[in-house]
Amino acid sequence: MKRYYLIFFLLTLLLTACTPADLNAPIPSFETGVDPDAWAQIPAGKFYYGQHDDIQTTDAYEIMVTDVTTAQYASFLNEALADGSIKAKGDQMVGYYPGDEFHGVKHEEPIEAGDWIFIPLNDPSQRIQFDGTAFTVQQGYENQPMTMVSWFGAWGYCDYNGWRLPTEMEWEKAARGTDTRPFPWGDEIKRENANFYASRDPFEDMRSFGSRTTPVGFYNGKTYDGYSTIDSASPFGLHDMAGNVWQWTGNVYEGMHYRFMRGGSKDTYDMDLRVWVRNNATPTYFSPGVGFRCARDQN
Amino acid sequence: MFTHATHNDTIMAQLGRSLASLKLPLFFCKETGMQFIKDRFNYLFKSTKGLITVAIAMIAVVTGVWGMLSGPMAEMGVRDFVIRTLKMDLVQAEREGRVIVLYHSIAMAVMAIETYMITGLLKMKVFYKTAVQVLITVGYLLTMIFGMAFAYWGHNWAFHGLFITGLSLVFFAGVLLVIALWPRNRDYHQLDKTYARTKQGVDVERVAFFATALATVISALFGAVPGSFFGNGFEVFLAENIIRYPEKTTLQYSVIGHLHIMLALIAIMLTLIIGRWLNFKGILHKIAMPLMTLGVIVLNLGVWGVTTPLEPIAHMIIYVGATPSMLAALLLLIWSWGKLIRDGTAHLQKPKFFQKVGALVRDPLKFGPTWQMLFMNFTTSGIGIFMAIKLDEIFRVWPAREERIELTGHWHALSAIIATIILFYYGDMIGLKGRFRQLYGWGIILFSDIALAGVTVFEMKRLFITEAEQQPLVNGLMYAIDFGLGMLLVLLASVMVWRLSDLFKKKGRWTKEIGQELSQEVVQ
Repeated sequence: MKRYYLIFFLLTLLLTACTPADLNAPIPSFETGVDPDAWAQIPAGKFYYGQHDDIQTTDAYEIMVTDVTTAQYASFLNEALADGSIKAKGDQMVGYYPGDEFHGVKHEEPIEAGDWIFIPLNDPSQRIQFDGTAFTVQQGYENQPMTMVSWFGAWGYCDYNGWRLPTEMEWEKAARGTDTRPFPWGDEIKRENANFYASRDPFEDMRSFGSRTTPVGFYNGKTYDGYSTIDSASPFGLHDMAGNVWQWTGNVYEGMHYRFMRGGSKDTYDMDLRVWVRNNATPTYFSPGVGFRCARDQN
Repeated sequence: MFTHATHNDTIMAQLGRSLASLKLPLFFCKETGMQFIKDRFNYLFKSTKGLITVAIAMIAVVTGVWGMLSGPMAEMGVRDFVIRTLKMDLVQAEREGRVIVLYHSIAMAVMAIETYMITGLLKMKVFYKTAVQVLITVGYLLTMIFGMAFAYWGHNWAFHGLFITGLSLVFFAGVLLVIALWPRNRDYHQLDKTYARTKQGVDVERVAFFATALATVISALFGAVPGSFFGNGFEVFLAENIIRYPEKTTLQYSVIGHLHIMLALIAIMLTLIIGRWLNFKGILHKIAMPLMTLGVIVLNLGVWGVTTPLEPIAHMIIYVGATPSMLAALLLLIWSWGKLIRDGTAHLQKPKFFQKVGALVRDPLKFGPTWQMLFMNFTTSGIGIFMAIKLDEIFRVWPAREERIELTGHWHALSAIIATIILFYYGDMIGLKGRFRQLYGWGIILFSDIALAGVTVFEMKRLFITEAEQQPLVNGLMYAIDFGLGMLLVLLASVMVWRLSDLFKKKGRWTKEIGQELSQEVVQ
């Protein structure tokens, strides 16, 4: 009989691990004090690019200090819906994208001009609700980064406002500054630096729903309900350039339809938070771990 | 060789005097320090079983320690503890380089184990056997010890040089092994017609060993050349991170081809070794050995082809080559299961189904290797083929990081299966019997298969669960994977501790093993 105890114990352990995740579990509400409407100035000049420190140059540009928040994106959706820039199509909000040149390279998929998905509606992970006439943000998620947004949706937001998505080089320079650091704040990473997998932040419960996003600018040195963060802004003052959400970038590369993301996310280990790490997906992909921020040319 | 022996004796004498002066415990000194060390050294480094034991122990230590640096161990904070305790020096930008050194270190030890098995099983001149064993032993130990020291404890460039020296010695051991295995030598002709042979008597199984060894040596160059190029500027990269780039350089293709083919060749060579140990013969052997040889040649041509203008059709050539190799492994499985059933039911006139099944699974160490080969189809081959068929439709819609999980998952699974098959053979060669044999054998099968099944579901989880809802499933899978791998390592550690304690006995098991050779223990 004793031999069955172990099997019974293990089965119980496995079954208790399989309770469904509550996607609407209460979320802590913290005000970070970081302004999501702020922009950082990035000067023209050389910087170290990539893991092997290649020297590259950019012009001067500006980039958002934080990721675009859910509230900012809902506001855009309401405006764009009102002027007819976007429309509902089934379970999606779609908008026009002018298409890419197709080269017929192996694995390349054509991206033609037309309406493409911006965000999915009615997805359990979507924090923006649409009642048929207006968009509202689920309570508690206003200052969280906008997620569940496709590359087209990110491109559409920036384009609507007269901005653009940062190129990979612009993104990396903004994250790294002009030295060879692997993380926006320096050489080493601690759990209080960023939101990554099992980083034990107040928004995470690895026994049920796992890792969740933190409000934009959360890791700014403040203490929230006894949880102390380390100020982890980049040399140019950008927040969340490592962890929280992957960020779409704007490059469209010849011969491939994939779009690249940077920064790692709440769902990745610390190695993916290094500034040079690249990820990519089809431009229609959306996820609770993918967001974006915009860039613009300097006036 | 005499010079070496004299030099070794001098070292042994010095070591013995030093140890004797340390006033070691009585059981240790009773034999006198020098003789104690010399006898154990002779067993561990001059006998096939001793050499295999050392290599398995080295891999066990590396796996045990470095396994704590990633995954759930990192989440639980064990990683930080290990790094602090062992005073490791880990620079973020150098992670990829460290990983490359780590798996080359383990791979060289695995290559060494397979080489010891080949030199112990197949006929060859004593000179070649000794030279191959010495070169590969010094080679993998240099690679492992100095490679890991270089990668994880700062950058002593002398250590890096010794790491490269080690890799080079393993390569030269491979070249010598190819020469030693030359199948047309009349001394190695197969006289028994129940085995695969040509009309002239050439042993076709030896041809398969020769072809695999030769392909391995050539394929090593496909790693060495780009390794020198990228390593020169330390512009290391992991192949799984460049999978979706439409434009790759020839040397990048070479790296991708190298890592795939080396693992495949290690698996193929192990299949041949297991076949020899189990004494694979008869009509299925006569079909399987030419198929294996053909498969190895075509498979390698396909993989080498990725660096040539043949690249667009290279995958097709690879599929064509993989098919006969896998078919040959299937024939081994059919033959060995048939033999296990026949041998186990020989005393029965009309054995019933369950009696046959009972006979099949009676000895887990002989059933295990081919069972794991079958299981591999679910964890590695099946996943690989499914991914290839549905690549653009499913897998390339997901982010590259998801695809990376599938890729790294399925070759970790294949590596783990290779390791378990080695452990089955090892369990038999160290003479495990009765209850211990059953516990050891079934432990390996159950623990590894639980872990590998968990890994397979983890890789494929996006097919049936969303990112937002996955955490409870991931937790359950992690329990299963960690339980399986953890128990497997505990099992291995127990055997290693037993082997270590045996070395302290004057007439321990090692004294018998020192004179035994694998070829004498082939299953009859």
